[in-house]
Amino acid sequence: MDKSQIEAKVIEIIATQLGREQDTITGESDIANDLGADSLDLAELMIAFEESFEIDIDEDNVGNITTVNDVVDQIAKQLDK
Amino acid sequence: MKKRVVITGFGLVSPLGCDVESVWKRLVEGASGVTRLDDPERSIFRSKVAAQCLDFSPVPYIEIKDVKKIDRFAQFAYVSGIRAVEASGLDFTRENPFRCASIIGCGVGGLGEIERQDDKLANSGPNRVSPFTIPKIMPNAASSHLAIRYGIHGPSYSVSTACASANNAMIDAFKMIRDGEVDVALTGGAEAAVSRLGLAGFAAMRALSERNDEPEKASRPFDADRDGFVIGEGAGVLVFEELEHAKRRGAEILGEFLGYGCTTDASHITQPDSDGVYAGAALDSCLRSACLEPSQIDYINAHGTATALGDVAEVNAIKRAFGNSAKSVSISSTKSAIGHLLGGSGGVEMIFSLLAIRDGVIPPTLNLERPDPQCDLDFTPLYAKEKRVDRIISSSFGFGGHNACVVASRFWE
Repeated sequence: MDKSQIEAKVIEIIATQLGREQDTITGESDIANDLGADSLDLAELMIAFEESFEIDIDEDNVGNITTVNDVVDQIAKQLDK
Repeated sequence: MKKRVVITGFGLVSPLGCDVESVWKRLVEGASGVTRLDDPERSIFRSKVAAQCLDFSPVPYIEIKDVKKIDRFAQFAYVSGIRAVEASGLDFTRENPFRCASIIGCGVGGLGEIERQDDKLANSGPNRVSPFTIPKIMPNAASSHLAIRYGIHGPSYSVSTACASANNAMIDAFKMIRDGEVDVALTGGAEAAVSRLGLAGFAAMRALSERNDEPEKASRPFDADRDGFVIGEGAGVLVFEELEHAKRRGAEILGEFLGYGCTTDASHITQPDSDGVYAGAALDSCLRSACLEPSQIDYINAHGTATALGDVAEVNAIKRAFGNSAKSVSISSTKSAIGHLLGGSGGVEMIFSLLAIRDGVIPPTLNLERPDPQCDLDFTPLYAKEKRVDRIISSSFGFGGHNACVVASRFWE
């Protein structure tokens, strides 16, 4: 799975969870500030990413995630392992 | 000086539907909201009947993205509350937010969500448990979501006295307005426990009807062939308001909340006192709080769950408190049609009682075909009865021995 495929799937998940149109979300979108996710939404999103991609996102790295691109990078790193 | 407390709006979610007028029409016509449970997860218990809110939808009242963050019981309360506020014509943006309250009863909270997340914990591990678990299961979520919706900054909390929760919530709301602490309160109760654990737990107690082949006949309060209650779900939320406040804004007044009586059996955690001593004392104290004689009560919406012990205890309680008037007061158990809404029951039953006053109709006790000889009062069997109703008592008795009776009337100046 390449990064553009990961990004498409991540955007789809975020759109569903936060009730937004997919075309309002880009790689640069800040998940909290631009897309309106609160801390619980972020935690729920991490679970959705983990389940969807069948990976475990390291707790230590969750704090570094701000944008959609950050999520895509994390997932790509985990998938490479 | 004590303030008068009136009711200016109500809304409900019930097994007979979610629109007050059509639910009331169906109730009076003798419709039943009880059906057979046939999904594989929930039809493995001894009792396979329930009264569910099958046509409930949280949309459009709750945005789709938020639906998964609010448990079913709180969704019921939220939607009922919004419809109550709409009916009352209240505009919270014109209110002093510190003089508004949200007091909603709930017996068990988000039981279904507890089960789902416990399954996740067991099957997928701790990292898959939803961060919304706790805010969904907490019983106070219902009062809090309504407070958020309307910007209510006065008191808000849940009341948990099992099946008496809604009555206890309304009593608290009444006292706050009576004592001048707040002007407006959203109050009532909600429950959604027709879940695996709810069914399993009550079934294990042999508390539930097992008349599985005749769901509509399963809930038969005061009948000789009753075999337990039918578990139900739903919510009833009312707008309580200080009389002068309601008048100033030209609100339609639907009734007056006059008083209450509360006692505790303090004998057994689930079994009621069979002589009805303490439930009778609650009824008596309810009458006294409103300075009424038993003969002035036209209708009692009974607790009447259709358990073997509970119904007889209630009959004894009514006889103790009402004396010679026990035989003449009209009584019915609307749980015969909508099942037992547990913590939600008192809210819905107060709404039905106010509609009985409005329309001059006593809703029936369905399935009361062969009255238990020990239940020898006028339970309005099978068919609704036309009768002028000015004053009502609505009774709720909860596991834990909580007896909570409330009295309301037509509104007179």
